[in-house]
Amino acid sequence: MIDIKVNNRTLQAHEGETILEAVRRGGIKIPTLCHVDGLPPSGACRMCVVDVEGAPGLVPSCSFPVRPGLVIQTHSARALEARKAIVELLLANHPDDCLYCVRNGNCELQHLAEELGVRRRIYKGKRHVSKQDVSSASIVRDPDKCILCGKCVRVCEEVQGVSAIDFINRGCEAFVGTAFDKGLNLSSCINCGQCIMVCPTGALTEQPHIKRVMNALADPEMMVVVQHAPSVSVTIAEEFGMKPGTDADGAMVTAMRRMGFDRVFDTSFSADLTIMEEAAELVHRVTTGGKLPLMTSCSPGWIKYVEQFHPDFIDNLSTCKSPQQMMGAIIKSYWAQLEKIDPDKIFSVAVMPCVAKKFEAGRPEHGTNGRPDIDAVLTTRELAQMIKTRGLDLNELEAGAADSPLGERSTAGKIFGATGGVMEAALRTGYFMLTGKELEELRFKQLRGVKGIKEAHVEINGLTVGVAVASGLQNAQQLLEQLKQGRSDLHFIEVMTCPGGCIAGGGQPIGTDIERVQARMKALYAIDRDEPIRTSHGNKWVAKLYDDFLGKPLGEKSHELLHTHYHKRHVLT
Amino acid sequence: MSAVAEKECSPACWEKADWPAAEMYSELKSGPFDAEVPEKNAALLSTLRRDAVTRPVVFIGAGTCGLGAGAGKTLEAIRNLLRVKEIEADVVEVGCIGLCAAEPQVDVQLPGRTRLSFANVTADRVAELMEGVFGGELPMDLVLGQFRGEAASWDAVPYLDELPFFAPQKRWVLASCGLIDPSSIDEYIARGGYSGLLKVLRTQTPIEFCVTVEKSGLRGRGGGGFPTGVKWKIASAAAGDQKYLVCNADEGDPGAFMDRAVIEGDPHRLLEGMALAAYAIGANKGYIYIRAEYPLAIARLKVAIEQGKAYGVLGDNIFGSGFDFHLIIKQGAGAFVCGEETALLHSIEGKRGMPRPRPPYPATDGLFHKPTVINNVETLANVPGIAMHGDAWFNSVGTEGSKGTKVFALSGKVERTGLVEVPMGTTVRQILFEVGGGIANGKKSKAVQIGGPSGGCIPTAQMDIKVDYESLKAFGAMMGSGGLVVMDEDTCMVDVAKFFMQFIQRESCGKCIPCREGTRRILDILEAITRGRKSEHDLDALVRFQGVVTVEKLARIIKDTSLCGLGMTAPNPVLSTLRWFRDEYEAHIYERTCPSHVCTDLLTYSIDQDQCTGCTMCAKKCPTEAIMGAKKSPHYIVPDKCIGCGSCMDACKFNAVIVA
Repeated sequence: MIDIKVNNRTLQAHEGETILEAVRRGGIKIPTLCHVDGLPPSGACRMCVVDVEGAPGLVPSCSFPVRPGLVIQTHSARALEARKAIVELLLANHPDDCLYCVRNGNCELQHLAEELGVRRRIYKGKRHVSKQDVSSASIVRDPDKCILCGKCVRVCEEVQGVSAIDFINRGCEAFVGTAFDKGLNLSSCINCGQCIMVCPTGALTEQPHIKRVMNALADPEMMVVVQHAPSVSVTIAEEFGMKPGTDADGAMVTAMRRMGFDRVFDTSFSADLTIMEEAAELVHRVTTGGKLPLMTSCSPGWIKYVEQFHPDFIDNLSTCKSPQQMMGAIIKSYWAQLEKIDPDKIFSVAVMPCVAKKFEAGRPEHGTNGRPDIDAVLTTRELAQMIKTRGLDLNELEAGAADSPLGERSTAGKIFGATGGVMEAALRTGYFMLTGKELEELRFKQLRGVKGIKEAHVEINGLTVGVAVASGLQNAQQLLEQLKQGRSDLHFIEVMTCPGGCIAGGGQPIGTDIERVQARMKALYAIDRDEPIRTSHGNKWVAKLYDDFLGKPLGEKSHELLHTHYHKRHVLT
Repeated sequence: MSAVAEKECSPACWEKADWPAAEMYSELKSGPFDAEVPEKNAALLSTLRRDAVTRPVVFIGAGTCGLGAGAGKTLEAIRNLLRVKEIEADVVEVGCIGLCAAEPQVDVQLPGRTRLSFANVTADRVAELMEGVFGGELPMDLVLGQFRGEAASWDAVPYLDELPFFAPQKRWVLASCGLIDPSSIDEYIARGGYSGLLKVLRTQTPIEFCVTVEKSGLRGRGGGGFPTGVKWKIASAAAGDQKYLVCNADEGDPGAFMDRAVIEGDPHRLLEGMALAAYAIGANKGYIYIRAEYPLAIARLKVAIEQGKAYGVLGDNIFGSGFDFHLIIKQGAGAFVCGEETALLHSIEGKRGMPRPRPPYPATDGLFHKPTVINNVETLANVPGIAMHGDAWFNSVGTEGSKGTKVFALSGKVERTGLVEVPMGTTVRQILFEVGGGIANGKKSKAVQIGGPSGGCIPTAQMDIKVDYESLKAFGAMMGSGGLVVMDEDTCMVDVAKFFMQFIQRESCGKCIPCREGTRRILDILEAITRGRKSEHDLDALVRFQGVVTVEKLARIIKDTSLCGLGMTAPNPVLSTLRWFRDEYEAHIYERTCPSHVCTDLLTYSIDQDQCTGCTMCAKKCPTEAIMGAKKSPHYIVPDKCIGCGSCMDACKFNAVIVA
């Protein structure tokens, strides 16, 4: 430990950490605009500058390492003046339309302007004016609102290994754009939306689907059904001021009903269905010498990533559709038959933690005769927005329950929301399929937690099954490299595009950080711990679906409705 | 090391060239040198050094500056003439000798005579020159001077080193520039080249050489002035199996061309310096990061590197010492910011050239995260001299804290533009008025801008300041890489500040907010100051004043908070012009006039009724029909219509148009 003096107090700092890390631990708040926890400092925004005794200029606390005897003033007049000036400079090049902005109220620039007491437009002059990019199915970019903090660029490159966007041009002409400044739809963007999660302003948002959902709800002819993804119930509460890790499932279902959704289904049901199919696929591949390791296909960002950057591994991908798409297919076939409704009269909404799901829903493979299985995808944020628009507050709603049969789930489907959850659920069912017995311990501790890569080896019928879990595509890339190098002990790999899994997805509440992700994860595993039905094959409604309609996993009907295929993609890079 | 010739000091700026070390011949992998037959070798060396020539040699300054002045055509004319007249002579393309004002420059050395230098030899004067020289009747208006030598000197021709341009100089880095054929490694070796490398490899450990360089007092010539030996020691001590040496040849300051001249004129000096530096820090790989706008320099480097490899002064196991050194040329795409060391490293790595925060410094965490030393061309070109003659020789010249010499690119409104190398501690006044010959066209001096867009201006009254790191820093300017732009009384200092801000805001990488947004706003403010009332609307006047009151604060914040050196020094041109020429700013702001008559928007034109003859020329030229008046009677200008273009002034033959 090193002693440093901050604001006339002595603080203890760890060797090798930065001033920012040390003082934040000491409870001192220093604003930043470009800092991303876990990534190397970029030093771009200069908001975090502090006064260090003996240094000629102000020192960026995000990158300056502590050393014994440092004497720091974090809020000296000089530092405050500089921070304020930086915000004023940013505002001089920022549109004055906060009231119209999707981030109104949770914009970091707005907060800082308020906090630092910016009350006047100091600098007047030319502004960089550019057009919105609405080409992507998932993400809308508004370079006008971009403050060039570079966080999106770094996340895209350093966390996801995609590098769909980068800086273009120099000086005040600089902007963030795609290769050749073409639309995001032509770029290598995998639609994960991690850029949205780090964007301090409204420069990056989801492609909104609220309007089309509102229209459907207003249409008396339409049967509007909604499914909600496993992770949404443990994150949406934060949008209503509840503490991270609160499960608002019941209140959310009630809110959906009040808003006019005719049926509320739970994507965890189709997650169970996915497990039935995927576990069967694994067993099939293992027993027939098929392509291994099998890789999960629930995460649409990962799918596009493989199609673009690693087409050699396309055959490793599970042919199972994602839970969203399985649910979509089942709703407009089985459920439509069950309820005797014309599928064309069903408007199927999915509430997802994800913006890539918007892209996935529009993939031409998903649908019947040009009719999409999913008609609209809302993010957690959009759903919260709609609930607020309707004048509802999750804090005040009584708990409701999802509709049967497609709202019935096991907890195995629920833990899909966290990295490692799919794998754990699959192992529970795969073990049962191969041995006819239930696992003694359903919990796989080594597959839980926020680590980027997790591995386990499980003995099943004398076969050592190797499984790995990766979240964040840079981590997935590492696993793929190992496979290319000849690693052969793995049979099944789960990949979630977003680091931490869907609970940290690109559609989740703004302000997601590691503590929140951990709290959300805890909430999911608490549900798994406390409820009785903990395996997908134990979900009797899924069993009934097979009995009544699908036949058996990997059967003909399943193939038609629940499986898909992938193709190599050419994109601008 | 007895064979390394003892240095003989000459009072002149060209010190006597060194002789190669005798043990060098056997160490070279190829080349014409032959130690077995001493007489033959001595004759060869003499020829290579051109102490005496057996047939006429015509040298032509064919650096980029010479070629720009028409050296290409001159060269063609010379070749034609020699062919037509059937004169047996060698034609040698050399680099720039430094006197850019005299380009194209042609030297002629006749057998038995000293080498003559001629100025401004455009193609049309080649015949006259050649006839004169070969006929013994020199065209005196072209004669610049003669070099010293053992051969017979020319009467009535001054020695070059006595010319005011050369006399105050001390040419160490530029020792061979313009004298030798840059495409010949033999000529470099014949003047002692690579002998310093051999000497160090044989007699000093890497750390010993780091200490030698530290003791020599050599400091980074790229601008910062960090002690070179200290930087090397840090890198040398840093842990790492792979280390890199990078030469920063991304010379981007407006008005700076020192590095280009060194590489074009004497590329092997840089390569030897790099090999020595690499040896000192334990690097076996080096990069030369050079801007693609320097095609000739790149071509020269490529040739030099190939020669170096063939001779065994580069590559594996240099001089049998076990030290390997491989060089890679990396061309930059011309971003000014890539001269900043961390941006430069990113660029080499194939990333966008943007700086990153320091620490960690490249010496411990640099290229590909390996310990890396980045030195500029001039710094490295100083190293062979230190290797050859030792630290005491080097630090005998200069001031307390700044040792050795400094190369400056003298440009602007000066009589003799060019490349000059002076001992540290020379005053700015000496450089401008002695070396440079004062202000061109008999105008009065106003200031010099030192250090390019990062530096500051030094007004005439302050020109007794010494050029060394401390004095300049204390003054609020900086050494920079060596640009010296001279400004005369016709220069508007607000306009100068505006020029540099335009440059900076265009060349800022765009990463950090103060530099990207702040420089743009400073430029906005300067533009508002230099804008006339006519183009003002609504609240413009208020905004203009608001800008005036914020500009100093903004400049200070940019300095205080920017990420890299480019941003930290970006406001310097504004701050220093504000400091020394506040009256000019005030005239622009309060009186809305430009005292130097540069800011066209602020100029008001009128016609002197007594001088005007009513010739109507001005009225015809006026693009806005702002000039009225009957034929043969005095005209007048309607102020509201006048756009201040100045066409009337150019058109008037009677000096009747007055500008204020």
